[in-house]
Amino acid sequence: MKVLVPVKRVIDYNVKVRVKPDQSDVDLANVKMSMNPFDEIAVEEAVRMKEAGTVEEVIAVSIGPEKAQDQLRQALAMGADRAILIETTETVEPLSVAKLLAKVCEEENPDLVVMGKQAIDDDCNQTGQMLAALMGWPQGTFASAVTKEGDKLHVTREVDGGLQTIALTLPAVVTTDLRLNEPRYASLPNIMKAKKKPLDKKSPSDYGVEIIARLKTLKVTEPPKREAGIKVESVADLVEKLKNEAGVL
Amino acid sequence: MTILVIAEHSNDHLSDATAKTVSAATKIGGDIHVLVAGSGASAVAGQAAKIAGVAKVLHADDDHYAKQLAEPMAELILSLAGDYDVLMAPAGTDGKNYMPRVAAKLDVMQISDIIAVESADTFQRPIYAGNAIATVQSSDAKKVITVRGTAFEAPAMDGSASVETIGAADFPSISEFVKEELTKSDRPELQGAKIVISGGRALASGENFEKYIYPVADKLGAAVGASRAAVDAGYVPNDMQVGQTGKVVAPELYIAVGISGAIQHLAGMKDSKVIVAINKDEEAPIFQVADYGLVADLFEAMPELEKAL
Ligand SMILES: Cc1cc2nc3c(=O)[nH]c(=O)nc-3n(C[C@H](O)[C@H](O)[C@H](O)COP(=O)(O)OP(=O)(O)OC[C@H]3O[C@@H](n4cnc5c(N)ncnc54)[C@H](O)[C@@H]3O)c2cc1C
Repeated sequence: MKVLVPVKRVIDYNVKVRVKPDQSDVDLANVKMSMNPFDEIAVEEAVRMKEAGTVEEVIAVSIGPEKAQDQLRQALAMGADRAILIETTETVEPLSVAKLLAKVCEEENPDLVVMGKQAIDDDCNQTGQMLAALMGWPQGTFASAVTKEGDKLHVTREVDGGLQTIALTLPAVVTTDLRLNEPRYASLPNIMKAKKKPLDKKSPSDYGVEIIARLKTLKVTEPPKREAGIKVESVADLVEKLKNEAGVL
Repeated sequence: MTILVIAEHSNDHLSDATAKTVSAATKIGGDIHVLVAGSGASAVAGQAAKIAGVAKVLHADDDHYAKQLAEPMAELILSLAGDYDVLMAPAGTDGKNYMPRVAAKLDVMQISDIIAVESADTFQRPIYAGNAIATVQSSDAKKVITVRGTAFEAPAMDGSASVETIGAADFPSISEFVKEELTKSDRPELQGAKIVISGGRALASGENFEKYIYPVADKLGAAVGASRAAVDAGYVPNDMQVGQTGKVVAPELYIAVGISGAIQHLAGMKDSKVIVAINKDEEAPIFQVADYGLVADLFEAMPELEKAL
């Protein structure tokens, strides 16, 4: 099988983002950027499938600024075989990302696309489902286990009530949840090797996709701030305060 | 304006989040219909008909809808979409699964997880784990929206909408249900519970949840949640995770026990009315959002708390 893994360059998950004073956006100047954590899980899953012999080739693809090469190199260092960067400085909404990925799918004919269930910047949780829809493929979202059973893919999904397992025909799109695997750290020799792996640069117009934003951000604000309250001395004190002051018991 | 709300349910029970999604729809304004697609789900259609503000319930019953798989659900919603200006669903794992599929087929950019309606085309939604709130305006003619239930009031349940039976749509034969493991619990559901008590990594085992968290939960009639660390370690099932990538709760009282307060956890509980933190590290970030903080070893504090209640 051939697997496509889309990866996104986002703010590092350890960084607490700040809103710009003019409320136009969040401030990403000089902020540490990383691969979206769910995409790391996706790369890891694809590489494990390759190591297990179910997959022959893993292609990482990113849509974003030139700097997204860093995240593609990381995917290559983790074990992806080659990479494609569709370079743009614009904000690309999930729908446009899905359209671009659909074009890549038409060109590459992967049997499987594994991608993160959401990006931790816009928290949209849409792109995988949209790609599946555009391709007419089935989708296994929020996956915590993926196994090939004959010619079907079994995906165990983390759902509100517990776990659900579904069987999908291939090609299919799988989106990863946190417990699918624990991504590896790339070793130094693999980081060196990754520098020599092929990385193709493209632009959205190469795929004939026009990037048009459908959502206009009117403003970005701080959420209502919670003030730290008080420290109580004892359990008895806590229960008393909850009963008589907060009135919640 | 005509709005279709897609019901979230378990074939016998309608979720509270569905009713709250109707509240959000009411804020947009117009005729509100609810689609109940399920298997043997006529009781759910009956419950949906009682939500105040609903004009009509569409009920499609077929085995293919029993497990809410994205492919048949999306086909059904698409077959109805022509009659509606807005399609909305609760932002649970069902709605998050099929709504983007619908949106892409309609060539619409979905507006995910809204927390406020400013006008028929302008909404607020949290981004960056809730550390920022974006106000976005959609230029799509048709809107596809998922709704964060905790941000909207529950409507009255005194309505009496008509229920219309509709036929099923096509079933794409590309996916099928295999099995499920649903967590059984006599405790209240996390979302919608008045009190939530959550345990973190500090609990160190599933047995300790049984011993230190559940007895207090039962005295309080509380739902039990957990941090990602506690779920990853296998102390409790995945559906108990509270946070950016788990469930979002906003109870009257949230008690965080042995949880450090990472931004991803706070994203799921910081809109709770009253927050209590029990942590032995007085520097733990959870104290920065807690109304009442108790610096203590949970293994001593929790049995005391149980006795004091
Ligand atoms: C992409 C991504 C998504 C994530 N999504 C979520 C999410 O949805 N929800 C979530 O919760 N996390 C999420 N996380 C993980 C998050 O970053 C934290 O790692 C996690 O919340 C930590 O869990 P914890 O507080 O239980 O553990 P820790 O951070 O290890 O904290 C344990 C706390 O227990 C205290 N403690 C230890 N012993 C005792 C004792 N005996 N008595 C009292 N206190 C004690 C310690 O002082 C410490 O503060 C996500 C991370 C990533 C990267």
